[in-house]
Amino acid sequence: MKKLLLATTLLALTAGFAAADVVRLATEGAYPPFNFIDDKGEVAGFEREFGDEICKRAALECTWTTNEWDSIIPNLQSGNYDVIIAGMSITDERSKVITFSDNYYPPAASAYLAAAADADVKTGVVSAQVGTIQAAYVAESGATLLEFPTPDETVAAVRNGEAAAVFADKDYLRPFADESNGALMFVGEDVAIGGGVGLGMRQSDTELKGKMDTAIKAMKADGSLNALIEKYFGAEGLKF
Amino acid sequence: MSCWETFTDYALRSIGIGAKLLPKADFTLCQQFTLIGSGLIWNVYFGAMALLFGFFLANALALARIAHSPWVRKPAEWFVFVFRGSPLFIQFFLAYEMLVMLPRTGIEIFGMTLTSSWLTKAWAGALIVLFLNTAAYSAEIFYGALRSIPKGDLEAAEAYGITGWNKFRRIQWPTMLRLAWPSYTNEAIFLFQSTTLVFFSGFPALSQRGDALYYANYFADKTFNPFIPYPIVAMYFVLLTLGVIWLFGRLNRHLNRHLPQNIRSRIRLRPQLIR
Amino acid sequence: MFAACADPKAIEGLTWATCYLTSGKHLDFYGSFITVLLLLAITAPVAMALGFGGAMAARSQITPLRWFGKAYSAMVRGVPDIVYFLFFVIALDQGIEYLNFLRVCPDTSLPVFRGMEFHVCPEAKVPLSTAAPFVFQAYNFGIAVITFAIVFGAFVANVIYGAMQAVPRAQLETAEAYGMSQGQVFRRVLVPQMWTYALPGLTNLWMILIKATPLLFLLSVKDIVYYARELGGTKTQAYDYPHPDWRLYYFLGLLVFYLLMTKLSEIVLSRIANRLSKGQATAAGEAMRKATI
Repeated sequence: MKKLLLATTLLALTAGFAAADVVRLATEGAYPPFNFIDDKGEVAGFEREFGDEICKRAALECTWTTNEWDSIIPNLQSGNYDVIIAGMSITDERSKVITFSDNYYPPAASAYLAAAADADVKTGVVSAQVGTIQAAYVAESGATLLEFPTPDETVAAVRNGEAAAVFADKDYLRPFADESNGALMFVGEDVAIGGGVGLGMRQSDTELKGKMDTAIKAMKADGSLNALIEKYFGAEGLKF
Repeated sequence: MSCWETFTDYALRSIGIGAKLLPKADFTLCQQFTLIGSGLIWNVYFGAMALLFGFFLANALALARIAHSPWVRKPAEWFVFVFRGSPLFIQFFLAYEMLVMLPRTGIEIFGMTLTSSWLTKAWAGALIVLFLNTAAYSAEIFYGALRSIPKGDLEAAEAYGITGWNKFRRIQWPTMLRLAWPSYTNEAIFLFQSTTLVFFSGFPALSQRGDALYYANYFADKTFNPFIPYPIVAMYFVLLTLGVIWLFGRLNRHLNRHLPQNIRSRIRLRPQLIR
Repeated sequence: MFAACADPKAIEGLTWATCYLTSGKHLDFYGSFITVLLLLAITAPVAMALGFGGAMAARSQITPLRWFGKAYSAMVRGVPDIVYFLFFVIALDQGIEYLNFLRVCPDTSLPVFRGMEFHVCPEAKVPLSTAAPFVFQAYNFGIAVITFAIVFGAFVANVIYGAMQAVPRAQLETAEAYGMSQGQVFRRVLVPQMWTYALPGLTNLWMILIKATPLLFLLSVKDIVYYARELGGTKTQAYDYPHPDWRLYYFLGLLVFYLLMTKLSEIVLSRIANRLSKGQATAAGEAMRKATI
């Protein structure tokens, strides 16, 4: 009864709006430079600008929301938003349950960031964010995996010596290395995992996927996507 | 892969015995039940150890709280206030942040080097937090019980010439336990439930060895379907709770064994929820 | 906020601190304290109502209702609240949309679950996808209140059930002897007398409820813990106010907040306890009586 009451009150609140073509974009908001919450409290970063741009090109009205990484796919399937735009790598596992657009960031390198040049990333303790492809990779690599709920904590673990190195997207780690005054450095070789970053959508939303793919193709063709990558990832960002 | 093979591979996975890697395909019900059940070992470990050690500290704290000297009473009061007044979630976080600040090489005391790196591991660090936390809650329960011991009992003891330590050991302490037991049972149930927070906030999981919730999270993450693993955790915890209630019920009967059969009250868990 | 804050990277010292602490995100952080207090203020009475209903059901003469009442509190009590928070919200949200689907959708013959996807027509979405962000926040908040209320309602049901059993039988018999009906005994004697026995348990539940709020972030409500983590984390040059890992300080702040809340609650609740004990046939009531003579 209570649920129904709440539902109707909220419906009354929102009555008067027609159900127009509003596409809801969801991001995590904790993965700079892909996406983060800026100091004004709004979603910002590469994906914010990119998302706004493709919505404009596809003539869609888009709104932004944030969601915990853990439940970002179940909530998409539940229909709480329509597009995941959260630096999500295209993997086979995920492709079984959701559909991905064309990638808008090339298959990126993952890298080890350590506090010492001789850090042992093959058999030592390596930190990674729980539930990422990097965590799965470390588990298989023979190193001892140390998992944290947020990416921020994985880097903190290297600083305080809990882990010999952190394994994550190189683009995420690069600012930490650059701004550490030499305290943190990349070690070992970069590893290419994942199939690039794409938008995640429900498998039934073929029409939306078509629109997004068209817009992404156009952005790749006229070089505006590369310009955007250059802006957020610097000269080292991978281009198409 | 048969369910038995899955069982041998993963039944002790949470303590590092069995298959090296977690399942990466299928995610059958058998896998989910086995691995989540395996994680329960950690919940039981944290809960049982914290209760065991916490019991002793709680007794000491309860006695300190009824002490006359403010030098003894005040610190105990503050300890109980801080640990009862703040969320366990935040206690875990702060404890971890402080433990990682300890020097890596160890601490030099009187020429001996004490290593400290083991403290940041969940098995030790989280146990310490849970131990202090449950000690504070139990101390409050025991303190309340000490204050509600019937005056007549104590007067009768003195009339028999039982005083001092003997009075405490033979009258006060057993009566306190009897009075506190229902609430203490509740505290134990809550403590076991709180153990799910260990790997959820603060303490990192090493080599994918985690508790029941950690593995449920893993499956929810791989299958993108929260409606199977989390109810499995729920089911395991209902069983665990029933086990705790049964064990504490047995102890309750032991504590009240002197009473005639028909007034030996069955453990009443309801009214005095202390936590 | 202030004109001096236009270029955060150029300022330092006290100005920097002032600008930093009044950034949009910090204002949201301060606002989230209100969110938490509001959640407590709304959840407590709702959980009380649910708990009261649960206790009544558990005492009911009608067998299925009694079973329901007992099962409700037993089920919820046995399971850690965090486990509910992790899957219950999605289920609740889908439930609400399903009811709405039956009510407003033109074609209700389509299956709602297709594979693992959940589909209702756009009109049945709660809130509508066109709604303002504020409506979404309010909706998430409402869902959080319901979830908390269901979990804590089960504990309240336990406490109230026990308290109703604890009211001395003689008091009820006296009321019956005066010719009161069952309903009158319940309303005029049992319920008013029950509170003094229920209060210690309810006090503890209130304390537990306060301390359960750090889990709000699991329910898509941006609470104080969410912001403390978000603001405290290392900030690289991508942000306006770069700083190292300050989470420790933010969490220490939260610790102080929770301790203050606890202290305040203790003071208020002990006053209520004194008020309720007045004239009661309990140890506390007896002590008060003696003190006044």
